[in-house]
Amino acid sequence: MRPKDTAEHYILSSSPHAHANASVSRIMLDVIVALLPTTAMGIYFFGMPAVWTIAVCVSTCIVTEALCRMAMKRESTIGDLSAVLTGLLLALNLPAGIPLWMAAVGSVFAIAIAKQVFGGLGMNPFNPALAARAFMLISFTGPMTTWLKPFWWRTPEAATTATPLAVMKTWFVAEATASASPHGLCNAACKGVPSLCDMLVGNMPGCIGEVSAAALALGAMYLLWRKVITWHIPVAFIATVFVYSLVAGGAPATMQVLTGGVMIGACFMATDYVTSPITAKGKLVFGFGCGLLCMLIRQFGSYPEGCSFAILIMNALCPLVNRWTQPRPFGAK
Amino acid sequence: MKTVKSPFKFKGGVHPDYNKELARDKAIEKLPLPAELVVSMSQHLGAPAKCLVKPGDFVRRGQVVGEKNGFISVCVRAPADGKVKAVEKRLGPAGGKADAVILDTTAKEEGNGERASILPPLDWKTATREELLKRVEEAGICGMGGAGFPTSVKLNPPPGKRCEYLILNGAECEPYLTADFRVMLERADRIRLGVEIMRKILGQPAVRIAIEANKPEAIDAMGKAFADIDGNVEIVVLPVLYPQGSEKHQIFATVGRVVPEPPALPIDVGCVVENVGTVAAIADAVELGEPLLERVTTVSGDAVVEPKNILAPSGTKYADLVAFCGGEKEPPAKVISGGTMMGFAVSTLEIGTTKTTSGLLLLSRKKVFQYASGACINCGRCLRACPMNLNPALISKAVDANDIKAAEDASVMDCIECGACSFGCPAYRTITQSCRRAKNSIRARIAAEKAKAQAAVEKK
Repeated sequence: MRPKDTAEHYILSSSPHAHANASVSRIMLDVIVALLPTTAMGIYFFGMPAVWTIAVCVSTCIVTEALCRMAMKRESTIGDLSAVLTGLLLALNLPAGIPLWMAAVGSVFAIAIAKQVFGGLGMNPFNPALAARAFMLISFTGPMTTWLKPFWWRTPEAATTATPLAVMKTWFVAEATASASPHGLCNAACKGVPSLCDMLVGNMPGCIGEVSAAALALGAMYLLWRKVITWHIPVAFIATVFVYSLVAGGAPATMQVLTGGVMIGACFMATDYVTSPITAKGKLVFGFGCGLLCMLIRQFGSYPEGCSFAILIMNALCPLVNRWTQPRPFGAK
Repeated sequence: MKTVKSPFKFKGGVHPDYNKELARDKAIEKLPLPAELVVSMSQHLGAPAKCLVKPGDFVRRGQVVGEKNGFISVCVRAPADGKVKAVEKRLGPAGGKADAVILDTTAKEEGNGERASILPPLDWKTATREELLKRVEEAGICGMGGAGFPTSVKLNPPPGKRCEYLILNGAECEPYLTADFRVMLERADRIRLGVEIMRKILGQPAVRIAIEANKPEAIDAMGKAFADIDGNVEIVVLPVLYPQGSEKHQIFATVGRVVPEPPALPIDVGCVVENVGTVAAIADAVELGEPLLERVTTVSGDAVVEPKNILAPSGTKYADLVAFCGGEKEPPAKVISGGTMMGFAVSTLEIGTTKTTSGLLLLSRKKVFQYASGACINCGRCLRACPMNLNPALISKAVDANDIKAAEDASVMDCIECGACSFGCPAYRTITQSCRRAKNSIRARIAAEKAKAQAAVEKK
């Protein structure tokens, strides 16, 4: 039996003819899986409002993505799961009690304005979920800064409260103005400070997905194990926050790391491929910048939390960081 | 003689499925002489040989049919007795066409008896360095690992440069291929003799035999063959990592030296790297007077009935190799000349083998991935995989935007086209192909500029 000899018989392509079988949708799925523990913890602490917020964000993102692609007459990209991930990340960065229509508006912004306008996946300069969160924080300041207590349904007469971030803010302010001894200050401030255990588990007010440091760390471990992310950005980010707060004083460094958006920001938002540098060196610079800006905003800014703004500003600097940190070819002088 | 582990690890690299078990235990089999050979004049790197025969000529086995044509070139000899049917442009594995002599091996001229040897055998111990070099050149030997660089040029460093290390490339890091492996097992004594001849030519350099750790039998065989050799000879066991067989990376992995950017060559850091098959060919050329007329080619893949390592004359048509392996198990979706990482997908089995054809793979549809390239998501896998420490993502985006200058600034000319970037790309981007495109267009531009400058000089 002699093989057929027709040109159209064999597939022709440039080498390599082998592939590791990685895919974009598999990577997105990995990130979604890594977010499941913190999603579960958020639902556990904040109940049905969290479920609804997540459902609305994810579904609105998918629909918006589909409509945008249709309007642009391009192939559908829902299958790559990036819209699902954006929706989930946005929801996890919202307070549980947010009116659902606001969550929907934010989701439309994330996909239509922050992502598809620039050409879709891979082209957006800013992290879509964080851009939408910033947009919502400015547009809906009240609802975006109203926080449900964990297990709020047990105390329906006082369901909302301040976050530990607000406490930390007054701590910085008090330290700068008052002559009170740190110990006295601590006693005064400690009323609003959750225990270390609560901070790790997530038993404190905050965004749905940001409260449980332990669940976020678990997810980050999974991503590291799956080689979806590298250690550079999370470590540089968290270490910068930690060292900054040791040096600058104010609330304890562990509290700065474990409350607010630092954990979710360092592990899941700043590590977004598209909007972070590609080289290891660039990632270190990027993580350092995020941590520094986050702490500067926390200490001196008018918002109690600076994590999302810090990451967005570094997103804008990402092309510059990339340019500075190009790899040197093997054998180059 | 001792065996050591590679002390240096280069950055990057990937781990493709090796699939070597298909052919690794198959002893080399000699192919019966095919009725027709397609002997290309362009079997090596550099200028194609100049064809010396015309249709109707009878040629003898070993007769020069293509003359060395320039400094970077090698001669082509007839792999068998026969009659020249035609001299015409024929498709090569890389897709380009080159002059080829079509040889009918069934036609014999009257009165031709057997010859003892084609070239007079040389005693390498008494022969001078120049005689040995000349022999390598007239035997038509070029690097058999893939690139096909003329060996006599490599063995004759320019004045002022000395070879301190002769490195034998037995890495064979391409998936499926086992030809070098079998040569190391079955022709260990030839390799030993080749090394002694090369040491004489190169002025007694230290010798490093580089073999990947997944070939313990080859490490044993080499260890035995070289057990009683004098001088500084070591077997270096390399970690299993693609592209361990790349010249630059092998030099780094074995002796820790870094070859500077092109146009620098290994000899600039005192190294000469030769494929194990080439070394055995040198031994044959000197001791037996046998030019490089045949080589071992691995025929493998899941669409071939019985994978084999075949000793076949160069010019054997792929179809004859496949037939010798029992034919196709199922119609192949892709046929690759070489390995899966750097080999060429070919459109027909009517192509003839060359001195550099290390493998022929027939892959079924389930082994062939088909893709639609997506947008780059900046994940950085290609950067981490790139053994040259380039930024392949940047290069591929630049080429997409037709910005060749940006690709050039990103050092695309350093790219060795190993395929590690495309291999791991989750968006199935054809990064390696983009690099090739950029390199070709830069080379074309440089050539055009040179021609223009030349024309300007001639005008004056």
